[in-house]
Amino acid sequence: MDDLLSEFLTETSESISVLDVALVNLEQNPNDREILQNIFRLVHTIKGTCGFLGLPRLEAVAHSAENVLGKFRDGELEVGAQAVTLILGSIDRIKLILSHLEQHEAEPEGNDQDLIVQLNAMAEGKAPPAAAAAAPPPPPPPPPPPQASVSKKEPLPGELSDEELQRIFDATPGPADMAPPPPPAQEQSQPAHPSEPHETKAGLPASAAGLPATQGESKAPAMSGDAKESAVAAQTIRVNVELLENLMTLVSELVLTRNQLLQMVRGRDDSEFSAPLQRLSHITTDLQEGVMKTRMQPIGNAWAKLPRIVRDLSVETGKKIDLQMIGAETELDRQVLELIKDPLTHMVRNSADHGLEGTEDRKKAGKPELGKIVLNAYHEGGHIIIEINDDGRGLNMGRIRTKIVQNGLASEAELDSMSDQQIQQYIFKAGFSTAEKVTSVSGRGVGMDVVRTNIEKIGGTIELKSVEGKGTNFTIKIPLTLAIVSALIVECGGERFAIPQISVLELVRTTGTSENAIEMINNAPVLRLRDRLLPLVSLKTLLKLGKPDDEKLEETFIVVAQVGTYSFGIVVDRVFDTEEIVVKPVAPILRNITMFSGNTILGDGSVIMILDPNGIAAATGAMAGSSQAAEQAHLKDMHGEEKTSLLVFRAGGEDLKAVPLALVARLEEIDVGAVEQSHGKPVVQYRGHLMPLIMVNERCQLQTEGRQAVLVFSDHERSMGLVVDEIVDIVEDVLKVEITVAQPGLIGTAVIAGRATDVIDAGFYLTQAFGDWFGVAKETSAFGEEGASKRILLVDDSLFFRNLLTPLLSVAGFEVTAVEAVDKALQLREQGYTFDAIISDIEMPGLNGFQFAEAVRGDARWMTIPMIALSSHATEKDFERGRKVGFNDYVAKFDRDALLETLNQIVTLGGAA
Amino acid sequence: MNQLVPAGKRSLAEVSAETQDYVTMFIDGQMFGIPVLTVQDVLGPQKVTRIPLAPREVAGSLNLRGRIVTAIDVRRRLGLKDREGVTKPGMSVVVDMNGELYSLLIDSVGEVLSLRSASFERNPPTLDALWREFSTGIYRLDGKLLVVLDVQRLLDLGRSES
Repeated sequence: MDDLLSEFLTETSESISVLDVALVNLEQNPNDREILQNIFRLVHTIKGTCGFLGLPRLEAVAHSAENVLGKFRDGELEVGAQAVTLILGSIDRIKLILSHLEQHEAEPEGNDQDLIVQLNAMAEGKAPPAAAAAAPPPPPPPPPPPQASVSKKEPLPGELSDEELQRIFDATPGPADMAPPPPPAQEQSQPAHPSEPHETKAGLPASAAGLPATQGESKAPAMSGDAKESAVAAQTIRVNVELLENLMTLVSELVLTRNQLLQMVRGRDDSEFSAPLQRLSHITTDLQEGVMKTRMQPIGNAWAKLPRIVRDLSVETGKKIDLQMIGAETELDRQVLELIKDPLTHMVRNSADHGLEGTEDRKKAGKPELGKIVLNAYHEGGHIIIEINDDGRGLNMGRIRTKIVQNGLASEAELDSMSDQQIQQYIFKAGFSTAEKVTSVSGRGVGMDVVRTNIEKIGGTIELKSVEGKGTNFTIKIPLTLAIVSALIVECGGERFAIPQISVLELVRTTGTSENAIEMINNAPVLRLRDRLLPLVSLKTLLKLGKPDDEKLEETFIVVAQVGTYSFGIVVDRVFDTEEIVVKPVAPILRNITMFSGNTILGDGSVIMILDPNGIAAATGAMAGSSQAAEQAHLKDMHGEEKTSLLVFRAGGEDLKAVPLALVARLEEIDVGAVEQSHGKPVVQYRGHLMPLIMVNERCQLQTEGRQAVLVFSDHERSMGLVVDEIVDIVEDVLKVEITVAQPGLIGTAVIAGRATDVIDAGFYLTQAFGDWFGVAKETSAFGEEGASKRILLVDDSLFFRNLLTPLLSVAGFEVTAVEAVDKALQLREQGYTFDAIISDIEMPGLNGFQFAEAVRGDARWMTIPMIALSSHATEKDFERGRKVGFNDYVAKFDRDALLETLNQIVTLGGAA
Repeated sequence: MNQLVPAGKRSLAEVSAETQDYVTMFIDGQMFGIPVLTVQDVLGPQKVTRIPLAPREVAGSLNLRGRIVTAIDVRRRLGLKDREGVTKPGMSVVVDMNGELYSLLIDSVGEVLSLRSASFERNPPTLDALWREFSTGIYRLDGKLLVVLDVQRLLDLGRSES
């Protein structure tokens, strides 16, 4: 049987048995909104799924039933025995169709107009037709002595016609098909025949007989529930996760014991235990893997249905939809997977149905006809991130506002004080749908609140970003609390801790004398790492494990960790190896300690705490000067924006200035006595070379005595020192230039750590120091002398980077066009521009760099233009992914040399070709 | 190790409403008791992992047959001084609260006593306020007094912190 269908059957039979009980409960507590909501969702799900599987009969019945339930929910209709009976009737009908479906993979012929008419009448508030009221409506096929059922009989409303019944019966492989040759009477004489089909059949008379007798209340569903033990459902066993959890614990213990035994035997080579122990060890390992496997599944499993759903939808709505799925192999805990499956389906459906415009509208909006939905899953900092992007019309703010006011969720005045993003969050409220028309697909407002409820149930978060006319982006973040992770074991202050390997970039060992020494800026430790400054956090200080050592240790280890785009170093005493660990949640009384994401038991049986890099990053952010509250508020506002480490300093005046820390090679204090003059300009001998000293402005003066702080910018053999008065702090913040100024040397003013700060243009000072700072690149370029310079398209959402790179590239001899978003870039394509190379950021709102590359490669006009990806994430995986979608090269942000070099290479090659 | 006498072995007459069974334990010579049915395990000295940044009363966590148990230092919880010059490592009693296991670190564990409710008294008002919060009452025994600890409150760290 089709996987999709069999899964649908399993799922639906489960839902149906829940529904039976829930409906009876509802009748007893007609005012319980929770039950009603639950019923409504279940029916909605059934309806939705039927629609995609092409099961019109089921869909029609479910749709009508849902209509009635909708009226219940809105309070327009009273929950009464009659109504519930009617709904139960629909459920029975659904069961009937399902059982047929299970055996023939097709719906039985016929229609359910009778039932639907009644349901619709009920929904419109009319009492059901008299006939139906007299004889309770659910599908009561008359108690069928198999032969008798063929006899002519006037079909009552609400009943299956006899012909139809016969068809079902004929089509049902009863014992007739299994045990030849059957006298028809046998069916009746063996009502307890164990074969499934028979039972299904037996159930029909039972329910039919039960219904009229009990006014179709509680008995009928129970009885037919017994009968409807789906054969498909029986093929798989659903095991309680708790059971798996227990198994896991037992296996862990077994592993521990095995390890102890191995330890004991290791000393003796000729022990008679060696061989059996070896075997035990293998089996234990296999067992452990097996149990783990029961819990982990690639997310692709949850996506398997989607292409079909999208395809069907695209046929139904006449839209052209391209569904892309990236990262399908990302493994997820089974339980988590189950819980996000439905929300994901819902959201993709929403994107396809409401998100994307029709072909005509897309053409009008200047978008390619083919609408895109991109699913992307990956691990990040101990979380699984799932993104759902579409390039459709985005959320209609106007309509959301109207709807909010209509539903009384907020007043106009309140709305005015909210940001667009806040307003958009309302779509997660129950009963909120902006679809104008209730379609069979969606639009009843069940969608997004279910999605959010389900995601929050597993401790995840969902974020929404939408730009009207450009598309919508959902980001789901699910913690990995249940999963097994590989972790690095470190020691600090005599205690051991585990750091999830996923957030560890590298390990650095420093000694007092080595090149990688820890330096202090106003008590904030930093490390020079490959011409960058890395902010450091002492685990000892952070966890209050005692004073940081006054006397320098012989050697220290630094774990370079990454959270989002922020890298920092964690200083620890020792590093052990990595170990696979099972993350267990910490005791409730310790949950408020944000530094730990859980705890675990190591192979040697000891308990250790698992550090949460996110928590540490947050704590260091707070330590860097801004208050926690401000930081959080900021995070909320700016969520999703890129954070940059900034060096804040004062020079030539009291106002604060800042420069991205990554641009600074070193911080030096030079002896003022060592400053010499060359052509009337101050220079200093630095590492065997002359280093010019540059003042930020005219007001800036060199110290007259003592030591002078300078920021050293380095490139190849050359260095430049920027003279500053005082280094204030290193801050991690979103760099958003608020005011741009025409003054050379300044990019503009930004709010950094809550204070207005001038952001300096390092490029300007570099050219001041050496007019030909970028000349090296120029000389090597093949076209340096040529009149016509090469044209470059720079796509980056950050104003700062555009401002930084544009002059840099111009100086290197390129003609640069900079745009802030992918669609702008694509507009240029529409307008007929061409370029010699494209440099694109990866993380951007709206379409990201990968999608951009796909768009570029997917169209003849720009297909051959070399593309360079620019990103602060420069891992091997990203490289791989970038190459796959069509980038020629991948360069880390701030890596000026690499960028210029790559650009030259690529453009030269391109020119030669 | 396990010195508990299962309640089932006692005759019904003894387990009447008149008597209650307590596991006794000692801190600085003072006898404490908790209802026997709340006790899951009695452990000897264990390797306890410190938890940085945790409340003072949390001694750390330990591994009990594959389950992680949070250890509570009852001595600190009751506002007593840390033991000086430890001669003998302490013991602990493991209790289950809402599915989570906690181990109560004390000096030593005594026997299980069946105590008659006639000898039960409310906390004297002069008792230290902290102790009054954690004690449900006192049993008068021959020669000494037994303080009944309220395990629920003892483990409710969040509440008394705030």
